[in-house]
This record gives sequence, structure tokens and C-alpha cells, in this order.
Amino acid sequence: MRRRVFLKSGALALVSFGLTPGFVWRTVQAEPARRRKVLVCIFQRGAVDGLNMLVPFAEPSYYRMRPRIAVPQPGAREGAALDLDGRFALHPALAPIKDLYERGLLAAVHAVGSPSATRSHFDAQYFMETAAPDLKSVRDGWLNRALAASSISDPEGHSYLRAVAMSERLPVTLKGDEAALAISNLESFMRGPPGGLESFEALYDEDSGDAVLGGPGRDAGAAIKLLRENDPRRYEASAEYPRSPFGTSLLEIAQLIKADVGVEVAFADVGGWDTHVNQGGAQGQLAARLRDFGGGIAAFCADLGDRMEDVLVITMSEFGRTARENGNAGTDHGHANCMFLIGGGVRGGTIYGEWPGLEPEQLYEGRDLALTTDFRDIFAEALSGHLGIEKLDPVFPRYQVNRAKFFGLMG
Amino acid sequence: MRRTMKTTVALFAGLLQPLSGAAATLQEAGGPGELTQRQAAVQVLNRLGYGPRPGDVERVMRMGIAAYVEAQLYPESIRENPELERRLAEYTTLAMSSTELFLEYPTAQRARAQMQRQGGALDTAALRMAARRSFVPVQELSQARLARALYSERQLEEVMVDFWLNHFNVYSRKGAVRLFLTEYERDVIRRHALGNFRDLLGSVARSPAMLFYLDNWLSAAPEGAPRAGEPPNRGRRRAGDNGVPGQRRAAGLNENYARELMELHTLGVGGGYTQDDVEAVARAFTGWTIDLRTGSFLFRPDLHDATTQEVLGQEIDSRGISEGEQILDLLARHPSTARFISEKLVRRFVSDDPPEALVERAASTFRASDGDVREVVRLIVTSPEFFSRDAYRAKVKTPLEWLASSARGLDIEVRDLRPLLGALRQLDQPLYGAEPPTGYPDVAEAWASSGALLTRAEMSQRLARAGMRGPTGHRLLSGSDPVEGVLERLLPGVETDRLGTLIESAAEGQDAPRKRLETAVSLTLASPEFQRR
Repeated sequence: MRRRVFLKSGALALVSFGLTPGFVWRTVQAEPARRRKVLVCIFQRGAVDGLNMLVPFAEPSYYRMRPRIAVPQPGAREGAALDLDGRFALHPALAPIKDLYERGLLAAVHAVGSPSATRSHFDAQYFMETAAPDLKSVRDGWLNRALAASSISDPEGHSYLRAVAMSERLPVTLKGDEAALAISNLESFMRGPPGGLESFEALYDEDSGDAVLGGPGRDAGAAIKLLRENDPRRYEASAEYPRSPFGTSLLEIAQLIKADVGVEVAFADVGGWDTHVNQGGAQGQLAARLRDFGGGIAAFCADLGDRMEDVLVITMSEFGRTARENGNAGTDHGHANCMFLIGGGVRGGTIYGEWPGLEPEQLYEGRDLALTTDFRDIFAEALSGHLGIEKLDPVFPRYQVNRAKFFGLMG
Repeated sequence: MRRTMKTTVALFAGLLQPLSGAAATLQEAGGPGELTQRQAAVQVLNRLGYGPRPGDVERVMRMGIAAYVEAQLYPESIRENPELERRLAEYTTLAMSSTELFLEYPTAQRARAQMQRQGGALDTAALRMAARRSFVPVQELSQARLARALYSERQLEEVMVDFWLNHFNVYSRKGAVRLFLTEYERDVIRRHALGNFRDLLGSVARSPAMLFYLDNWLSAAPEGAPRAGEPPNRGRRRAGDNGVPGQRRAAGLNENYARELMELHTLGVGGGYTQDDVEAVARAFTGWTIDLRTGSFLFRPDLHDATTQEVLGQEIDSRGISEGEQILDLLARHPSTARFISEKLVRRFVSDDPPEALVERAASTFRASDGDVREVVRLIVTSPEFFSRDAYRAKVKTPLEWLASSARGLDIEVRDLRPLLGALRQLDQPLYGAEPPTGYPDVAEAWASSGALLTRAEMSQRLARAGMRGPTGHRLLSGSDPVEGVLERLLPGVETDRLGTLIESAAEGQDAPRKRLETAVSLTLASPEFQRR
């Protein structure tokens, strides 16, 4: 197994999280050698402008179509994009993650997204979260189905914290038959109901007979117990996270991972991408959001250090934005977009995917970046390569996963 | 002993007199009389309003269910709670126009512009003050809305206002929306809440709140397209200026409103429109903008795209502003709209899984009445499906419904509503705070997560403490069985043996009667039974 140190400096590498947890969850105890793989999904809700996130600076049409919002080419005196491979460059606000790319820990996929033609946020998010484009009848999330298909089949072996979303409401991605938890704030979650956990548990026990509320109520009680027995907040961050809701989400996911409470999949939202008006170029509205986004991811990786060997982060957004800027120096709803994969197992330092070009005749419906990679292929490759899930068909309804199409993203 | 709902119904069934009013229509329709009259009253109070206050169930039964429903359908016929009116009168911004609010509560940006115009130095303290003050109107509006949910006699009107505000969602934290909201709720949503759908739709389309929220105020004919008029005041025109004071330069098409108009406001996502339709509609609505000097609607021919449009296969032969109006006519009368709105109303009033037959009937009433919302709502809330066992207590309360029904059930006089508004934020449903144009979801799964139940449990205790301090606490404590009193108030028509036993065991060892009472309230508010309506 390749081992690559995530930490930026030797000094940080000395920081150890070898504290012995007061309670060791029993399956962990049973297989001490097995380090649990964790998949972290980050949803850029609102449709991020992928063309300004990963800038195709070698395309003259990019600059023609975006006179007011284009990010300057690498080498420009001010606000230059950060060159990755001579064709594509990161937005300068993403400087914190460039280092991960250079060390081969971050891969980008461009022209990726959903084949659905919808430009509705609501629908496109739903389709991406269910991984079932244009199939409204699918009600559960792809990550929940992935849990069902996961190779760890002993139901007693699952932690109540197997799947967590750092939000008040459970995102569609995690909805379904497998138990999943929404935690908007670790501290208040662990404090539990004030009347005492026992009476709360009694309220929601089997006798309540409530088919909808019983399950979430019982899971809440069990999860609180598990967290109290093995408090994740003891693990202080060893990197500086942005002071933002997103930064806090990632910090708490890192704490949960360090605490070994059995997290297999985690989910965080980051919003503010619907830039119809005054989006900005190297500076401005989008730049500020990207600073939060990139800063959060970089801190997360530095904080987890070697544990990133077992962690894969995938970023996604419901669709891209129009290739041309609109009348308000913003962009409207588009089609294909860009994704990042970050982790010790990622074959990074590469930009994957076939680039369709940005000339007028190459654009989807004459206006948007065309799609060359279905997002489901990336999800499937991640599930297979990282979580070792072999039966992928049940995760992707009415979709034939073709392993031959995998990029080899996971080393 | 735990009795099931079924045996409870059987016990009551023998005692029932022939049902009157709405419940009778269901028998006439040949359906089974599935609910007892008491349950039917509970259903009406939970669905046409924010839950029963003490005595409400009996009041509705005395009045007759049909008569109560009929009165609620005509809110202006109901005498409003004078205490509430006194309260609302204190919120001085409620009666103000957007223009007045603009002058009185300018955003920091506008305040800065004003200072610069007057040539003085920038006073940063004054700017900070302006920024804070510009939130006063939306704060008052939020308190008024909550006060109405809690204390208005016109409960159905409040439910419909909530429904339409969610349907035609705008987000208070987007720019100047917060200054447009007062007028939007009062003159657009509330005015047409039980009126004609086309009137409501047209009123929304011209509202600065929606024009700003979905960016249409910035949308203009694309470069090179023929325009319907010349910019006014040509002589004074400068670069970067459209010639109208207070107008920002608008320079291109923005299709945000056009898309949501069809997807969310009228046809629904499968309603049969294409990307071409979205672009055509966006062009037709160019020039529908806001006069930023007054904060009111303005049509600007010089921004309007004069090309002929075809929408949903129909040629739009009107020109100028009538072009948009003609499209609104077309959309409001489209069968997909009738269906989409009906289904959403049935989901709100009856069940997360709207019974198909009822949706069909509601949609046909919508079409036959040319979008008369009152008629559609009446059909839904007097239907056999509404009074069916499947629908009884089938809805999980949203945070707003949960909070409001707690305060109503306990009959608490909340003097300062701001903590409750904070609680709504914490429960992820701040008023006027839904960012996406879809508004908040109206199905159980969205609100039934583990984390949400814990937050509600935590709040239950705070509500119990605060609520039992006042006269309600005294009244309950002076009754013969305070715990029974709590259950009767909060869960009328519901089997509560299980909950009663749980409360007894949790309160064991608590000697102080007040402590026991708080435990009873706190556990009841947190119970799965009380999460349903």
C-alpha cells in the first residue's frame, strides 16, 4: 500500500492522535488491523461555475465569452489562474488545494455531470443525490444504497454513526433504508435531550408504533450514547479551518473520523454558488465562496494527516453554468461541470475526462459546456475503488455501470 | 391498558349522533364515516389552522364542522381577536408601502449613496446603524406572522398565506428583498390567498420582491435584439447609465424568473415546457423591472425585447407589457397548472401521498372555476379523503406548525416572540428564510430526521419551563389532574395511555407539582404523538 504523508511540514507530522479512546466500539476491537475507509461527499449546492473553478485558459473562446468575469491566464500580473497542466488552471482562490494536486493527492474531472437536460436546481440536485437522472420515482439516495451494498454485511457490525450529514435535515443523498444521521452541531447533539436520554428513548421505542418517526428517534438515542462514550471533541484540529459553516462541518467530520466511531460516509453542504449577478472574476462573489471551499478542504486534509490514506473526498454540484456570461456579469444555469477527488488512494495530479471544447458548435445546446463523463461513473469508481463495493448495479437504478470506462482514478 | 385507535373509534361510534355539515357530505357521498365527530373537529383544527387551543374542539363541534369550515373560507367574516389587533398595531412598518420603507429604512448601500450625494463625509457609525435598521421591517413582519399563527381567529387565512408564501418563495436575505417583503405579503399574498389564481400570479409577477429575488429586474433584451422603446432622457445619458435615475444598467437576458415561473409557480416540472419556452418567456418579461427610487414596479420599453414570441406552441400576439400578461393568462389556465397547484394543496391539507382521485377532482374544480382558490380549497377540505382514517394524523408537523401548535395547545400568551423566531431558525425553518425558490418541503421525511427530533426535544423543555410559569401553569396546577390536563390540551382526540405512563415514570421522584407539570409538558411536546397533526 502506498503511504503518502499528507502533512505539510514535519512539525505537524509530530502531532499524534494516538490517544486511546475510552471506549472502543466492538467491531473495531474485533478487527484492529482493519482501518475503516471513509467516503466524504461535499455538495456545492446551487450549481458552481466549474469553468471559473477549473479554468480552461488555453481556450480563446473562454475569454471571448466572459469579458467581465474570466479569470486571467496564468502569468497575468493580477489574479492569475494557477496553472495545473498547461491547459487548465485553478481559480486563484483555490490556492490552498493546489499543493494537494502537486503531491498527487487531488484529481480533477472536467466536463462531468448529469445527462439530464434539466436546468432546475431542485431537480438536478435530486437527480444527483439519487444518482438517477430523470427518474423522479427513485426516492432514496445513492449513498444510502451504497451503504446497503457495502461489503460489511453483519448488521451488528454497523455503527449508528455509519452515515452522518452535517446538517439539520438529512440530505436526499443519505435518505433510504439504511440508518443515517443528520448532525447540525456536534456539541448540542451530544448534549442530548434535556429530560435525559432514557425518557427520550422511551418516547420513541417500538411501542410508539410510529413508522416514520420511530426509526430516527431511536437512532438518535443510540448515536448519542456512542458519542458520549467516545467523545470526538477531544481531538482538537491541527489545522486552521475557515470560520464558516462549511469549515465547521469539515472540522467535525474530521473529529468523528479521528474518534473511530464507525463513520463510513459523511456529507457536507456548501452553498452560495448560484451566481446569476455580479459573479466576479479572480475577485468577488465566487472567489469568496471558493476561498471557503478550498480553505476548508485543505485544512481537512492537513488536519487528518495520515488518516487521509483511508479517506476519499468527492466534490459535486448539480450542474454547471452557461459558458457565456449573462447580461448581469453573472452566469445562468448550464450543463456539465467539474469535480474534485481528494485522498491518499487517489491517483491525483491529473485532470481526467475528455475535453469537449468551448467553440460555439462544441457547446451543449449552443450555450453550455458539453458533457463527456456521466457523474455516475465517477461515483461508481469511487465506491468500487475506495469502499470495495462490488455490486454496483443496485446503487445506480436503470444504469449499466461499465468498469471498462473507469479512468483508474483510484490507485 | 393500551387501546388501539380502532377500538377507540368503535367505542365512540355507538355514541355518535348523525354527523352534521362537512362530515355529513362524506356520508352522502357514500363513503364510510371514518372519523368520529370529535376526530373530525381535531382534523379540521389541525389542517385549517395551527392546532386546537383548549376548548376549540368542543367549540367546533357545537358550531358544526361544516359551518366552521365555511366561516374559515371567508376570513373577513370572522371577527378578529382584538388582543391580536392591538399587538399588530404596534408594528408600525406593517402598514407602510415599499416606498416609505425605502426612505425610512434604507440598506447600508443606499444610505452610503445618499451620503455621497449630499457631499458629506461617510459616517461609518451611521452606516452601521442603517444596516441594522434596514432589518426592522422584516423583523416586525416575522413577529406579526407568528403572532397571527398563534392568535388569529382567521386560521385558514394564515395557513393559506403560509402556503402561498412558500409556493411563491422569496428570500429575505437577498439584497433589498427585505424591504419589499412587507408589501409583498400584505398586498400580493394575503390579498389573494383565497382569491383567483391568475390575479395572484399577476400580482406576484409585478412584485418587486419576486422581480428582485429571481433577478428579472435586471433582465434586458440581448444585445442586437430589437427593443420596444428608446431609453428615456436620452440627452442626459452617460456611459454606464440607462438614463433613469436610480436605475442600474441592465444589459442582457436573465432567465431565472422565466424558468421558475413555469417550473415552480405554474406548470410544474413535468408540465410540458422546453428550454426554448424558457428563453421565449424570459424575452417576453424583459423590461419588467423595479424603480429603485420608489421600490415599485416599472415597465421599461427600452429594455423590452420586441421580437415575437412563441410559448408552449402558441404565438403570443401581444406587444410590450401585454406580452407578459398574455403569457400569464396562458400559464394560469394551462391544465398542468390546475393539476400542479391542486396536488400541492392536497399534499398540504390531506397527505404526503396525495390521493389521485382527490387531486383529479380538485384540478377539475380549478379549471371549471377559472382558478378560484377558495373553491378548490373547499372541495379538498370537505372531501371524504380529508376526513378519512388514512389522512387523520398523517402529516408530520413542520417546525412552524410544531411551535405554533405548542403555544396554542398550552394557551400561552407569548409577549416577546423573538425567542420563538430564533427557535424556528434553529429548527431550520426561519420565516422568509428559505433560500431556494422551491421554499420549504412539505413532506414528513424532510423534517423527521434524528437531529431534528433531538432539537425539538431540547426546545420542548425550554417551552415547558417558560410556558408553565404563567397563568396556564397556575390553571393546570389548580386542576385535579395536571398531567391529564396537559394531555387533553395538547393531544385532544388522541390515544395517550402510553404517553401518560411514560410521564408517570419520568416524573417519579419529582415531588414539586410544578416540576412534574414541566416534565409532562416537555415530554408531550417531544413525543412522536405531538409531532403529528
